[in-house]
Amino acid sequence: MTASPHDALIRGLAADLQPVRRLPPPPLRALGWLGAVAAIAVALAVFADMHAVWGRMAAAPDMWLAVLGSTATAVLAGIAAFELSLPDARRAWAWLPLPGAVLWVGASGFGCLRAWVLPETHVAVLDESRDCILFIVALSVPLSALLLMMLRRACPLYPGLTAAIGGLAVAAAAATLLNLFHPYDAAATDLVVHIVAVALVVLANRMLGGRVFAASHFATPM
Amino acid sequence: MITADPQTRNTDDLRRSAQMAAAQAGDRAAYEALLRDCVPLIRAIAGRVGVPPDRGDDVVQDVLLTIHRARQTFDPGRSFTAWLRVIAERRSIDLLRQVGRHSAREFHAPLAFEAYPDEGADPTRGVEQAEVSDRVNDALATLPPRQREAVEALVLQEQSLTEAAAVTRRTKVALKVNLHRALKALRGKLQRTE
Repeated sequence: MTASPHDALIRGLAADLQPVRRLPPPPLRALGWLGAVAAIAVALAVFADMHAVWGRMAAAPDMWLAVLGSTATAVLAGIAAFELSLPDARRAWAWLPLPGAVLWVGASGFGCLRAWVLPETHVAVLDESRDCILFIVALSVPLSALLLMMLRRACPLYPGLTAAIGGLAVAAAAATLLNLFHPYDAAATDLVVHIVAVALVVLANRMLGGRVFAASHFATPM
Repeated sequence: MITADPQTRNTDDLRRSAQMAAAQAGDRAAYEALLRDCVPLIRAIAGRVGVPPDRGDDVVQDVLLTIHRARQTFDPGRSFTAWLRVIAERRSIDLLRQVGRHSAREFHAPLAFEAYPDEGADPTRGVEQAEVSDRVNDALATLPPRQREAVEALVLQEQSLTEAAAVTRRTKVALKVNLHRALKALRGKLQRTE
């Protein structure tokens, strides 16, 4: 066999070889993360006034649609992020959360229109909107940390895109859970505040996640 | 995820998938054989993507490291060759982008380079450099083997930390610590000889 300039590297990698546990399929891994989100939801529901939550939902069916949209976005973006974390993933997975996001934004936008039609609805003022941002961002921190740790176990070759879609899953999950403590009806200001919060979380994940994946790129897999 | 029809998978591909499954279980011999087998494949894929032949080795090295890092993501029920192809194509494109970014900042002007006067040119510099080089080599020879190894790999051979860790079979942290100690010791030795 002729000497290859990569002999030393190949011998080094072979010497470094440790048995690894094969990663489960991406939807199953996404289910693990969604399970953690569900556990947090149950824990938060203990502190929430569930009667008031059901009352608000029953009074405004478009809020159901918005919640359904944000939940679908969290689930689909979660699956897409785990798919994208594989080194041979197709970039097109990034489009998977689109239907959920369209429903989410569409239903929230419809809620804004209704606020104009029904003037007695309680619209969030600036202070309350700030609480929304704080809630979404604060809840996003542990959810992002968990998701990035889980995604890091694979080897994303699109680190920025994977982290951004993961950020969308996190922001959508946090926005869904916000409904437990959100006694306001949808309004244009509220919608803008939510969009800003989601954009912040996606951007932070995009920047931080890209670095986390790049730093771990050639680390020994867990 | 890339899938392959089992009917279209040839024996080479099935063997590679089996070798990768063995590597996942910790079989070093199978892994080494597989990585060696990958080198010409990666080079061919890089060539098809448009990587210049003189940068082919960079892609090979990058892909080998990616295989190592991503080995737990491979499903042996799928085609290893298809998996490798996608990784090699992506790494090739990454390299082409890198080269593109560099060349956008630089331009080729051999005549200007040749005609540029070196104001700091000094005929005695060669002799001085040889003396300095001898002193550094002497100081290097007195270092403990692990520290010397760290300096040789990271400084003299300009290897990345990851590469050096793979070649020397030491952890990155150990290499960093040894390099730090070696540089401190060298500084002390060279100051004393001045």
